[in-house]
Amino acid sequence: MTVAASRDGYGSALLKLSDDPQVVVIEADLGKSTKSQMFRKEFPERTISLGISEQNMMLVSAGLATSGYKPFASTFAIFTERGFEQVRNGIARPNIPVHICGSHGGVHTGTDGSSAQSIEDLAVYRSLPNMLVLHPSDDLSTEFLTIQLANMNSPSYTRTARNKTPRIYNSDNVNQLEIGKGVTLRTGNDVAIIACGVMVSKALQVAESLSEEGINAAVIDMHTIKPLDEELISSLADSCGCFVTVEDHSIIGGLGGAVAEFLSSNCPRPLERIGVKDHFGESGEGDDLLEKYGMGPTHIAEAARSAIARK
Amino acid sequence: MQRVWGLLLMTSGGDGGSNQEGLKELESTAKRCRREIVKMTHRASAGHPGGSLSAIDILVALYKTRLNVDPKRPKDSERDRFIMSKGHASPAIYAILNEMGFLSKEDLSTYRVMGGICQGHVDMKWTPGVDFSAGSLGMGLSFGLGVALAARMDGSDRAAFVMLGDGELQEGQIWEAAMAAVHHEVGNLKVIVDRNRIQNDDFMDVQLRLFDIAAKWEGFGWAVRECDGHDMSEVVSSIQWLDTITDRPAVIVAHTIKGKGVSFMEDNPAFHGAAPNDEQLAIALEELK
Repeated sequence: MTVAASRDGYGSALLKLSDDPQVVVIEADLGKSTKSQMFRKEFPERTISLGISEQNMMLVSAGLATSGYKPFASTFAIFTERGFEQVRNGIARPNIPVHICGSHGGVHTGTDGSSAQSIEDLAVYRSLPNMLVLHPSDDLSTEFLTIQLANMNSPSYTRTARNKTPRIYNSDNVNQLEIGKGVTLRTGNDVAIIACGVMVSKALQVAESLSEEGINAAVIDMHTIKPLDEELISSLADSCGCFVTVEDHSIIGGLGGAVAEFLSSNCPRPLERIGVKDHFGESGEGDDLLEKYGMGPTHIAEAARSAIARK
Repeated sequence: MQRVWGLLLMTSGGDGGSNQEGLKELESTAKRCRREIVKMTHRASAGHPGGSLSAIDILVALYKTRLNVDPKRPKDSERDRFIMSKGHASPAIYAILNEMGFLSKEDLSTYRVMGGICQGHVDMKWTPGVDFSAGSLGMGLSFGLGVALAARMDGSDRAAFVMLGDGELQEGQIWEAAMAAVHHEVGNLKVIVDRNRIQNDDFMDVQLRLFDIAAKWEGFGWAVRECDGHDMSEVVSSIQWLDTITDRPAVIVAHTIKGKGVSFMEDNPAFHGAAPNDEQLAIALEELK
């Protein structure tokens, strides 16, 4: 099993995008961490360092984009939020295609502790009109989807993860990914487990263990949180009849929130949400924190059983 | 086409008569704009006349003598960019865009009206000739820096001009951008601070003092010049000075009077964000004859 961090996929995507002369990379001192430095090393003349100034970074990127460039701006997920109102008023409102990447999202980020663990980024960016919101599950899908963003005419936010997790895709099937389309990684008719980011590999692991007790769980990689793949969720409502959402994010407003909003208005079905239950994180190893906060494999399995029981 | 006055005014020495005529024309343009500013805010029963009136002389000089913009091609990629960071002073922008041929008088009547192209705060998605969606203070300088960097990467000589309010210099993001512009030696970024000394709630000296604004910019490494923002001759020559600085960003601190031109609005914090009533409009228009 290959393990890799999705942030590495972001860095390699920037390198692969370098053939497009309009692609520029904007940094706020965390290029080593977000992996944008992979681009900087090769193309320093197309990399703009702004020091530790996220608010400035958002509007400099907007200015570049209105002049025909394709800016990819990155920092930690949590620090993109320092420029939230800049994103709202300076990027999303005028619908300027700036591509923001927030790395180190979620409690899985680990020992840096709660200040670095954004658990609200997907929720806040999802609330903005015009924004695409992505949270890919591995390095290969992050690379592929980031490359697709360069030709989108909308602003975007992509969350990547710091830590290595099992690779989900391979070079043959990753090319089938499409922004806005969830990927059915495993079919099943008893429950649909919809996951994103580092939790996708956990969901797959749980689905295998559930099959041993006769539960057939579908597993979806919902790499795009906005626009949500409503067509897929509708069909899962019919085929599975109940849902579990799994994300390393607050259960408020992120993937779970998005699925709950859609189901309640369109095709109500039992839904259990695995995520951070409205509290901040702390220092610790990523997997240990997931266990402590009720987000580990046993909790996901129990949520699946509960959802099925509520059908 | 738009640079006619600039050429006239730059030929100092043998052609003082033309210069004087040019200045008078700019001053009468500014007066017409002032009339539109008070009419727009009166019609809307809302808006920001004070900061529009303090800025308008500078805007008239900038658009009429320097900016390379064309109402027939508002999205021409080689146009200079003007970024109005103090976006609430939108009536001033709409008035000068009307003078320049981007907007009609009918367009001005849509100020703050639902569906109208003249939004409450300047908005690039609604108004031809507007290159930045403002309304939230402190963001325009960063945007201008991005625009200026793009021009440099393109090998173009187009410039980014940014107008900042003095009140918005209280926003930290301004100084993030000021640092970055000097670090990157951005010589095509030109800033004018409308130093009218009044912000929303009161005089800045009551709310939060900035002390010596020019010294602050100098401390950050900018080329700095101060001028009387209502003396058209000084304003025009200061704008010409901006173009002489090419190795780093440059800023004019233009000392202005909030509400300039309307007696009861001048230096009056009440008219930062309040419209004239019918009686006040009549007095204002009489004074602006």
